[in-house]
Amino acid sequence: MTTKTSKADQIGEDSLNKVTISCWRHRNILDLDDFSQDEISLVFEIADSMIDILSRKVKKVPTLRGKTIATMFYEPSTRTRSSFEIAAKYLSADTVSLDAAKSSVAKGESLIDSLRTLQALKVDVIIIRHPSSGAPYTAAEHLNIPIINAGDGCHAHPSQGLLDLYTMKRNLGSLKGRKVVIIGDILHSRVARSFIWGTRFFEVNLVLCGPPPLIPEGFKDMIGRLELNHVTVEHNLNKAVLNADVIMPLRIQKERQQSGLIPSIREYVQQYQLDQNRLYKAKPGVLIMHPGPVNEGLEITREVAYSSKSLIEQQVTNGVAIRMALLYLVAGGENK
Amino acid sequence: MSEKVLLNSSDIERALVRIAHEILERNKGATDIAFVGIKTRGVPLAQRLARIIQGMEKAEIPVGSLDITLYRDDVSSLGFKHVVQQTYVPFDITNKHVILVDDVFYTGRSIRSAMDALMDLGRPRTIQLAVLIDRGHRELPIRADFVGKNIPTARNESIKVFLSEVDAVDKVTVVKREEVNDDNQNF
Repeated sequence: MTTKTSKADQIGEDSLNKVTISCWRHRNILDLDDFSQDEISLVFEIADSMIDILSRKVKKVPTLRGKTIATMFYEPSTRTRSSFEIAAKYLSADTVSLDAAKSSVAKGESLIDSLRTLQALKVDVIIIRHPSSGAPYTAAEHLNIPIINAGDGCHAHPSQGLLDLYTMKRNLGSLKGRKVVIIGDILHSRVARSFIWGTRFFEVNLVLCGPPPLIPEGFKDMIGRLELNHVTVEHNLNKAVLNADVIMPLRIQKERQQSGLIPSIREYVQQYQLDQNRLYKAKPGVLIMHPGPVNEGLEITREVAYSSKSLIEQQVTNGVAIRMALLYLVAGGENK
Repeated sequence: MSEKVLLNSSDIERALVRIAHEILERNKGATDIAFVGIKTRGVPLAQRLARIIQGMEKAEIPVGSLDITLYRDDVSSLGFKHVVQQTYVPFDITNKHVILVDDVFYTGRSIRSAMDALMDLGRPRTIQLAVLIDRGHRELPIRADFVGKNIPTARNESIKVFLSEVDAVDKVTVVKREEVNDDNQNF
């Protein structure tokens, strides 16, 4: 035992722990494609402790006291934004919320100028949502403070990907061999993309399901090129949901119809709506997730969305815990 | 790096039995007593104390565990980061005599953090502190109510507590370190 002189011993960390904080390499959180399996496990382990805090009478810990966290949203959002803000507040950070429509952006200020201003105001972390894919990456290049991507165009939504994965893990334990089906507009979904990256370490059988224009050949080629071997595409929903463990319909954006990618809402509902009949084909204990906001009666029926199998509310709660863990990891001091 | 054993298994056991008696004496019995161990090695110590008292008083003594990572005063100011672990206090601490248990009492900062963490869980009637080793070098006006052994140390010495539940063996050692690196040391 005398050889056990690790740092973990001295600081009283649980020596039985598999993941250590030293695996954490991120200054920014932009997407899950550059996350290691250990980093994802670390986020989940910390989120477990945050869940405990959420169930307390006093839902506040002093960890980020004196830190200021700004949310800068160039797209409408209620749940992601409030989830990040609540996460920051539960960790005792101060929050500033900037609505691009009402800020100097409306006067023509550029993205980088707005963010530099926030940095000069001594904000410690910026959480950004932007309609252009890649905008948070540009921001991260120009700034010295951590950037968290809260959704950029059709590209990535890493905190959502993590919370979806975390919700699955909390309910199913091991994900090995589980069949997970995502239904809908995969092509334009940053939620789906981050989820695909996040699931690649967990040996799930991930099925993407939707009309061919929303999962085109080019998308399939990309999955092959990136060697995401856990992913398959199935355009027929009745086949896709067979023996599924988890089904996650995505919100269908009504604009997609105008762009001609789906023939009509009625036809989409007929072919791709998750309803009770389709649910019977899945495993008896199938779990339903949805990144929200839900279009009841469109991609999912009301009875399914609010059934006992639905984890939609759990996702929202877990989202706060995941975001608390992420904020702790990027703002809670340097890595030693 | 020279290692010297300060306490062996039976020394630790004797110290805990004495502390258990002192706790009962101070609190006039085991009524409303609860133990909360500070992670990692305060937890098995708290469990052992509870077991000893249960043997003497035939009363159920609740035991919880506290992870103080989120309450540490060095998280945002100095920039040290640790994996956050779960706090597990499955009983209401309000109006209880809560005895915090830790292995090594050093600067007092982790005890301050633990008291903050405890207050967020409820309003104990009293908080008392039991430690296996008091090595001195306090940086805050905090003292222990129950001490297993006082061991005057130099700052470049490192006290290590090994407990069979975590380390497969029971002993306390002192090691002289070549370089002074206080920050990693039993905070």
